Amino acid sequence: MSKLSRDAVLKLAKLSRLKLTEEEIERFRQELSDILSYVEQLEKVNTRSLEPTYQVTGLKNVMRADQPIEYQAKPKELLKNAPAVEKNQFKVQRVL
Amino acid sequence: MQNHQILLLFLPGRTSGSLAGRIMNNWPAISEIVANVQAGKTTATELVKKSLKKITKQSDFNAIISVVKTRALQRATEIDEQVKHGQAIGRLAGVPFVAKDNFLTLGGNTTAASNMLKNFEAPYQATAINRLEAAGAICVAKANLDAWAHGSSTENSDFFVTKNPYDKTRVPGGSSGGSAAAVALGMAPFALGTDTGGSVRLPASFCGVVGLKPTYGLVSRSGVVAMASSVDVIGPLTKTVADAALVLEVMSGKDELDGTTIGRNPEGYSLRGSRFEVRGSRIGVIREYLDVGLDSGVRQVIDGATDKIKVAGAEVSEVSLPSLPLALAVYYVICPAEVSSNLARYDGQRYGHFTNEAKDLEESYELAREQGFGSEAKRRIMIGAHVLSSGYYDAYYKKAQTVRTKIIQEFEQAFSKYDFLIGPTAPTTAFKIGEKTKDPLSMYLSDIMTVAANIAGIPAISIPVGVSGNLPVGLQILAPQKADRQLLEIARAFEATS
Repeated sequence: MSKLSRDAVLKLAKLSRLKLTEEEIERFRQELSDILSYVEQLEKVNTRSLEPTYQVTGLKNVMRADQPIEYQAKPKELLKNAPAVEKNQFKVQRVL
Repeated sequence: MQNHQILLLFLPGRTSGSLAGRIMNNWPAISEIVANVQAGKTTATELVKKSLKKITKQSDFNAIISVVKTRALQRATEIDEQVKHGQAIGRLAGVPFVAKDNFLTLGGNTTAASNMLKNFEAPYQATAINRLEAAGAICVAKANLDAWAHGSSTENSDFFVTKNPYDKTRVPGGSSGGSAAAVALGMAPFALGTDTGGSVRLPASFCGVVGLKPTYGLVSRSGVVAMASSVDVIGPLTKTVADAALVLEVMSGKDELDGTTIGRNPEGYSLRGSRFEVRGSRIGVIREYLDVGLDSGVRQVIDGATDKIKVAGAEVSEVSLPSLPLALAVYYVICPAEVSSNLARYDGQRYGHFTNEAKDLEESYELAREQGFGSEAKRRIMIGAHVLSSGYYDAYYKKAQTVRTKIIQEFEQAFSKYDFLIGPTAPTTAFKIGEKTKDPLSMYLSDIMTVAANIAGIPAISIPVGVSGNLPVGLQILAPQKADRQLLEIARAFEATS
């Protein structure tokens, strides 16, 4: 049985860049603990001699010709949803 | 509302046979609609207007987030001009359709039913949409979903809950609930959905329509809001199996913009002229799906459909895949892990919800995400962060991917003896609105019978085969990887006998 502590939830929120409210911290602590307890049934499954499957297509290193393509979206359209734009670039708050 | 009450008069007492749902959707077969456009018996403009009218008239079901009116009518005019000038028209010319609102489309917003993307205008379209448009189909509206496709009922939509076309106090299933309800209500001849753990099949089952989940990789996901990339697929929701086959034929195949796409079956998927014989088909009924928690009414309908296919000449017997019930636990490790990664891009800087309240860059990420994501997205992001974090990765993520191998091997074994596997799509019919929202885990369990196909990457379909207590019941059919054509053929045989 996995019981997450309040600190563990805060750590996950930090990693996930979520600023949780007090109400959310307690609610998620319980809900996430329940979900993790459920998936922990996998621990008991015998998987000796089995390899993990990360994808099912069998495709490997799919490449295309290294040439620019005429794409449907133009820079102006790609910028139109941005909260702030300057000189055709995304504008963000100070980084340094 | 009026339509709905009239419909109910047809329903009582029916336990099997053709679904009353088809009374609501009175569109002819898609191939017939196209033939009518070609012959000048109808026009694309008329069809689009009919579709828009049905959407407006039945807006109380909350199936639709937005209509794409201007662009749709413009495209209809273009197609009508082509017909007038005797030009060749596409295989879906003039056919209106509804896209789940996680497909990027031009001419309006794409929201993923989330506050994060509430005002997002896509700068390009999904490949699936472009291919349908190139064949002459016309996107008329965007359907409601659980925000980010996270859910089994559409109750996780950040905007509103879609109501089941058969009973407004019940859910339509999810996450493609708006798409399934739209087809059941005849808002369009077909709709698009996405299926990551059952999100096309479950709502198809609850709304009495056909829902196809193709083989992983068969349809490009370029331009679809990514959820869990190793399991996400795109699929059609339709009135009949033949319609689903035609839509798949148009959408499928390799795409340079999605490196996971695989080639099509050279025979194609459209069933026109198919010489498929039910006689001799080997069908396995999955024991694990009959054993636990299956509603007795659902069981009765599934048994009935099984008997009929037996009479039609199929060889049917029970088969056990003991690891199948583990698929849900595997899914709820893999899915949140990939969700946490895919949703990391929503940082409020380039697009999506943003806020001016933040004092610095770090806080601007945190506030944009805190305000833009609903509870279910937050749960999945944090579970994902947990199972991927150092010290836990092997125990959760790697272990889940290894159990995945075990499930794939059991499917391979079963398919060495059977051509198809069948079972119910869901353990129950549509549940009540609010019934499972308090307990996220009980909501997850709705997908218990659908997730295995996603885990293994195999194709599966849900078709309506009867009703229980006046609510539709879906039969699920699974086939080996890349056997999508055979899957559609046997599904049509079931459809013909039910």
